[in-house]
Amino acid sequence: MKAAPFEYHRPPDLQETLQLIAQLDDAKLLAGGQSLMPMMNFRYLTPTHLIDLNRVPQLRGISMDGDDLLIGSMTRQHELASAAVLQEHCPLIAEALQFVGHVQTRNRGTLGGSLCHLDPAAELPGVMLALDAVLEVASVRGTRCVPISQWPTMYMTPDLETDELLTGIRIALHRPRPGLRAAHGFCELARRHGDFALAGAAVALHLDGEQICDVAVAVIGVDESAQRLNAAEEMLCGGPLNAHTIEQASALAMDLPGLDDVHANALYRRRIAKVMVRRALDLARQRAFAQVSA
Amino acid sequence: MSTQLPISITVNGIAHQVDVPVRLNLADFLRHELGLTGTHLGCEHGVCGACTVLLDGRSVRGCLMLAVQADGCNITTVEGLAGGHGNGAGLSVLQQAFIDHHALQCGFCTPGMLTTLSELLANNPSPSEADVRLSISGNLCRCTGYAGIVNATLAAAALLRGQSA
Repeated sequence: MKAAPFEYHRPPDLQETLQLIAQLDDAKLLAGGQSLMPMMNFRYLTPTHLIDLNRVPQLRGISMDGDDLLIGSMTRQHELASAAVLQEHCPLIAEALQFVGHVQTRNRGTLGGSLCHLDPAAELPGVMLALDAVLEVASVRGTRCVPISQWPTMYMTPDLETDELLTGIRIALHRPRPGLRAAHGFCELARRHGDFALAGAAVALHLDGEQICDVAVAVIGVDESAQRLNAAEEMLCGGPLNAHTIEQASALAMDLPGLDDVHANALYRRRIAKVMVRRALDLARQRAFAQVSA
Repeated sequence: MSTQLPISITVNGIAHQVDVPVRLNLADFLRHELGLTGTHLGCEHGVCGACTVLLDGRSVRGCLMLAVQADGCNITTVEGLAGGHGNGAGLSVLQQAFIDHHALQCGFCTPGMLTTLSELLANNPSPSEADVRLSISGNLCRCTGYAGIVNATLAAAALLRGQSA
């Protein structure tokens, strides 16, 4: 037996889940288990209680709520990758998911699990940052919403109290005016496919003719959490999207802190981030251009 | 709650009702409780892929799931890919292709390769070489260099397409 002894709880609905989280001391929440279970197998974590969220129906599924996409926190990554509504409105998510682990881990891993684990190089927090997602959190005390930009409080630590649960992820869909073109791009570099990225970039933008009306650039792997490249966004906004502006904007990734670890040093990560931003922007440019010629 | 729970689980078509310790992982359950030692445990933290089994038709890491989480589910192990419930009779087309194309040497990764690639072939009858390599990106083999595995899978896909045509 790998994991140290624990008490196992499998609540059947959201209400009972929230009550358990409020009542139990030293409890861990089990989502897809693709990060938590390895840590328990190694006994890095030895929680007294394990609360299994996998049978809580209220936490699953993808729906439209007005102009917002609402994704349950326990929606599995393979479900996100194949959902037609996401392909249509948020193709960035499916593109990034190709780089998230492997088929076996995506079959179990969840969106909420990734957002709560909050690895600095994880793809999904970076994508959600580029999409300005709002995270819905519940406890027996009530519910609240946290903008993704305020979700990480420090290294691998979300803004989540011990009695709280991430229930859903809300993404406001920009409805482009007629003639406005949406484009996206995701790129990352990892030593092997499926590994955590050394660095990566997610881009979502709208073009009005040749002019960029809004652009989001999020970078992963170069700080304690995913970061928006605000300076690049400001530089690009209102101007054209071409090789020159892309080169100028991506150079600003060199101002990111970078991360030193066994896989790469900070300078190398900054350089990789710069190239990934350039490629992601270029991918978006090519897609926008393809829409015009189509 | 308790540290031991009753579960109902169907493994390779056979229904079981058993009490399991809640901290027992699915792969250890299959090996130690049911004696299905075809499923291998290599790294025990979700990296090597040797413990891959099919849960309701989808490939999962057997070391990263608790047996209690498979309550009410259908599991297929490498033994279940062949006919005859693991007595060696009636290898699947993919299993026979592994033999014919030298897709295994020591055999440690083989159960994870076969379950993962069975899922691929069920979902994609005409995979490209890139599709095959991508689908086994989470399965480590230290013997074959993957070439035999890829060749075997492409050959099995062609044979299966011929059978269904």
